[in-house]
Amino acid sequence: MENNSLIILAESLQLIFDNLNSFGYQTIAPTISENTIVYDQITKISDLPIGYIDEQTGGHYRLKKHSKPTFFSYTVGANSWKKYLHPPKVRLWQIKRKAKAMEFVSEETQPPKLAFIGVRGCELAAISIQDRVFLKDKFVDPIYSTRRKDIFIVAINCARAVKTCFCTSMQTGPKVEEGFDLSLTEILDDKKHIFLVKVATEKGREILKNIPYKVATKEDENIAENIIKTTAQSIEKKLDTENIKELLYQNYENPSWDEVANRCLSCANCTMVCPTCFCTTVQDTTDLTGEIAERWRSWDSCFTSDFSYIHGGSVRVSTKSRYRQWLVHKLGAWLDQFGTSGCVGCGRCITWCPVGIDITEQVKTLRENNG
Amino acid sequence: MQLLDPMLPDQFLVKRKVNENKDTFTLTLEPLEKKSFLYQPGQFNMLYMFGLGEVAISISGNSEKPLPLIHTIRAVGTTTKAMQKLKKGDVIGLRGPFGSSWPIIQAKGKDVIIVVGGIGLAPLRPVIYYILAHRQDYGRVSLLYGARTPEDQIYLNEFAGWQEKLDFFTIVDRASKKWNGDVGVVTRLIPKAKFNPSNTLAMICGPEVMMRFVSLALQDKGLIPEQIFVSMERNMKCAIGFCGHCQLGGTFICKDGPVFTYKEMKRYLELREV
Ligand SMILES: Cc1cc2nc3c(=O)[nH]c(=O)nc-3n(C[C@H](O)[C@H](O)[C@H](O)COP(=O)(O)OP(=O)(O)OC[C@H]3O[C@@H](n4cnc5c(N)ncnc54)[C@H](O)[C@@H]3O)c2cc1C
Ligand code: SF4
Ligand code: SF4
Ligand code: FES
Repeated sequence: MENNSLIILAESLQLIFDNLNSFGYQTIAPTISENTIVYDQITKISDLPIGYIDEQTGGHYRLKKHSKPTFFSYTVGANSWKKYLHPPKVRLWQIKRKAKAMEFVSEETQPPKLAFIGVRGCELAAISIQDRVFLKDKFVDPIYSTRRKDIFIVAINCARAVKTCFCTSMQTGPKVEEGFDLSLTEILDDKKHIFLVKVATEKGREILKNIPYKVATKEDENIAENIIKTTAQSIEKKLDTENIKELLYQNYENPSWDEVANRCLSCANCTMVCPTCFCTTVQDTTDLTGEIAERWRSWDSCFTSDFSYIHGGSVRVSTKSRYRQWLVHKLGAWLDQFGTSGCVGCGRCITWCPVGIDITEQVKTLRENNG
Repeated sequence: MQLLDPMLPDQFLVKRKVNENKDTFTLTLEPLEKKSFLYQPGQFNMLYMFGLGEVAISISGNSEKPLPLIHTIRAVGTTTKAMQKLKKGDVIGLRGPFGSSWPIIQAKGKDVIIVVGGIGLAPLRPVIYYILAHRQDYGRVSLLYGARTPEDQIYLNEFAGWQEKLDFFTIVDRASKKWNGDVGVVTRLIPKAKFNPSNTLAMICGPEVMMRFVSLALQDKGLIPEQIFVSMERNMKCAIGFCGHCQLGGTFICKDGPVFTYKEMKRYLELREV
């Protein structure tokens, strides 16, 4: 029987990068840019944020040096994998004006084969939610579909959480359960720096070819499980999801919306950093000759006034109505539309809100004023 | 495998353009390549003007003779004003049909009351055509049409035919002395409509406040919210459930609507800024 639970040396992660590269994958992983964790193409493990941890609270993010040379001890930054699967801006098509007709040209890009390395539980959940939106509904989005098809995923079990994390409430982490090819748990102590690797797919097994390993023992497994359990126990932030859809649907006129509206700047940061927010707008343009027109699609946010514009004005004029729209959709209406919450508990919207508005606090306030 | 791109329009040739009034016009569109086109009354298309934009417009022709396609458009902004300048022989882009439809089959054997305001008559004209073609399948059919002024009324040359086979009443918000018809809001016509409340379906299209008040008035006449259908409108950028712009409650209007029962929409018609 083949073994699905292996131990490799930490530095062997480089071999995983190399194998992925030689199989034609671009390797995308966490790295540091402008003092934050971002996802970008790297080929050397030395470009990982080795020995860094992050500090996150409402409206606050700081990266700092750690006492140990761990590879994955930080959590999520403002970036998410969404930017690769559902790009911020894409051309949908071009048309050429002909004498008595137009010639539409569909966009047939061959996106590069990507390998995502260091995908966390909440992020796997976010990808699966966007799969639901773009691949499993009445229509299929060809852009998402072509990009998603060949993705290779190396997931990571979080060995550390920050104050904004609440994956445990949303049941998305810290343990990675499904949706990956390989998963890693990083183990560093006085004697060793290793990864416990779980092989979930044949593709995953192929990538491990020629990498020295030993079969994980029961003890190794226990150590890894304990790391994940300790992380889970360290998470303090909670979002009570019980009957949350009903709570939101029944509280459109709750006075607590007024209070949050007084603080919210309607800046749209929360929707831009959220790994599940999928809204877009389109731009139609022509070139200087007026002979070629294009249609582009780019991320949009329900916090802008254009978003709800219909002839005569915006439907949602007030900040209150826009914040309410976001929250009721994210935590309530998604359940009706997609059978899943729109929130995975990653905490990005809390950290990157310039005024530190906290989605979990808003739900708490609504519950307190329920009625 | 190349996926069918749901965002890619087909080309349609403008066969005819008729002005209905000073800001509303009707386009007759023939496909350049597409061979067939099927739609249900109440569905809409996304019409694209070269380089300018794409807008949701209901289909307002006869669904049993789907081609050429008929669209009645009010020029209100960038794209629709550019469409007003279209001439016979011009080519535009079109994707569709999208959305849910009016309950024309469910309404068979029943009385029907259609209440429309302004351009709201356009999405219901396919229902009128269908009922006229199958008149014996329906009971009493009332059509109540409210416009801002007599000059704003559309489809004037069809009024005589409707008068003949339906209980057709019109009203305007304001009018000059020359007008000897009713003046006021469209709800004032409801007492004129005759129907058996326990065996009636109502179909309403117009501004949200209008749909709300008409629904309330019909409930006073004994209809229940499941018997009343409304057509909702929100900003739409994709019509296929991806752009999020038309999200309302637990629905996307583009694919779950635009036609809903009043029971489903009651809550949202009562709230502001949703
Ligand atoms: C399901 C549905 C059916 C419709 N049927 C008809 C019809 O049969 N006849 C008709 O005249 N009009 C209809 N409309 C309204 C029509 O779509 C708008 O009048 C049109 O989008 C205005 O575009 P514009 O570029 O001219 O205006 P602008 O004011 O310049 O609009 C800018 C953009 O805002 C958006 N927008 C503005 N108003 C609306 C609106 N009312 N609804 C949706 N998006 C809007 C569009 O994306 C538009 O491109 C319908 C709308 C919907 C949602
Ligand atoms: S709503 Fe906030 S916490 Fe939830 S998934 Fe989006 S960014 Fe993360
Ligand atoms: S909640 Fe915060 S991040 Fe979101 S729009 Fe308001 S101010 Fe911006
Ligand atoms: S119009 Fe894009 S989701 Fe409905």
